[in-house]
Amino acid sequence: MIKLVVFSLVSIILMTVDHRLNLLDPVKNTLSYLIYPIEYVSDLPRQTATGVSTTFATRRHLQEELARLQEERLILEAKLQRLATVEGENMRLRALLQSAPRVSEKLIIGEILAVDLAPFSRRIVVDKGTNHNIYLGQPVINAEGVIGQTVEVGAMSSKVMLITDPSHGVPVRVNRNGLRAVVIGRGRGNQLAIPNLPNNADIEEGDLLVTSGLGGRFPSDYPVATVTEIVNDPGEPFAIIRAEPTAGLEESREVLMVWPSLPVFDFSETETTETAVETTEASP
Amino acid sequence: MIHVLLVPRGWIIICSFLVGLLLTVMPLPDWLVAARPEWLAMFVIYWTLALPTLVGITTAWCLGLLLDVLRDGLLGQHALTFVMISFLCIRFHQRIRLYPLQQQAFIVLILILLEQLVLLWINGFSGQPPTNWVYWLPAFTSALLWPFFFIIMREIGGRVRSH
Repeated sequence: MIKLVVFSLVSIILMTVDHRLNLLDPVKNTLSYLIYPIEYVSDLPRQTATGVSTTFATRRHLQEELARLQEERLILEAKLQRLATVEGENMRLRALLQSAPRVSEKLIIGEILAVDLAPFSRRIVVDKGTNHNIYLGQPVINAEGVIGQTVEVGAMSSKVMLITDPSHGVPVRVNRNGLRAVVIGRGRGNQLAIPNLPNNADIEEGDLLVTSGLGGRFPSDYPVATVTEIVNDPGEPFAIIRAEPTAGLEESREVLMVWPSLPVFDFSETETTETAVETTEASP
Repeated sequence: MIHVLLVPRGWIIICSFLVGLLLTVMPLPDWLVAARPEWLAMFVIYWTLALPTLVGITTAWCLGLLLDVLRDGLLGQHALTFVMISFLCIRFHQRIRLYPLQQQAFIVLILILLEQLVLLWINGFSGQPPTNWVYWLPAFTSALLWPFFFIIMREIGGRVRSH
């Protein structure tokens, strides 16, 4: 009976402290060492399956894949040539505008572990942790766009909140005209929403939304979502806007963890130049 | 079964809890995920009924804490519910042990519903209440599986009343 009371009280205190403060992160970090073997074993069947299929892949299949990859590389390299010039031009223009230059980001590849968390959470487990210098709130992307950010970092693995989680928001801008907004998750299915945009906002179905870099967490200009549906209800103050993530959140196996190298901003200055650009673009 | 019985009982208990943790996070097909039984809670119930002097509230609390780190959520929420479950099991273990399997399954249903109710409150407080009736499904699947689970565990762990 005494044990019941004592352990219940300790649990409640732990929950309160965990909810209100971040004091328990070292404890969680230590416990994560105990947990990692379980996460690893849980992922083993998938790993062996992949291993076996690579070992027994036919020669023809491999050759085909090699040919396809070479072709793809050729196309990408051709695109890259143009990128170099465009980047140079961009730098010069930014220098003219006296805004901070963009620096390229550092990345590492993380692999999603086949671990199921609570049934309704929109979170995944990635096999990189503090041992790889992963930090809390680190942006996670893949080849097609933004996936989410780390919310819990263990020693060897970390938990990533997907952008479709209802408590997640990404600052974005519409790629077409620079209109700024915040994309939040809807918590069910592969859906996102943009609240608080007025009915007459210049946004259309099919618009690409890219990270704006405001808020300082996500690096700018990564694609986040495409707008799929806009409902203008005259009785409502704001338009109902739905979007779909560009990154296949459910399909991807490998993700990229990004260290955004945020340039030192003089915030007042950049703010004004950005709005200036926005108005000139919006006016015609 | 003789070779199993040669293994010290402590190791069987520890291994079964590891298996329980593993089953809790093992990937399942999408349509099954919501129905995943509360494996670790079932193991805790089994061992507190079978060996209440060996597996007690302390063990249950530690396991709950591990589960909290493994799944995400507030540190301590499963610890609290496991303490409650193990307390009830130890308090009534002599009675529950004598029940036929169906009746035990009913007790398991009640215990896990209780656990989920407490978790629902906690998640409600911390601002992430689940919005779906499917939330309650694990309690029912656990209860359905309980008779089979019990028989298998009894085979592996030796007879319950041997203590």
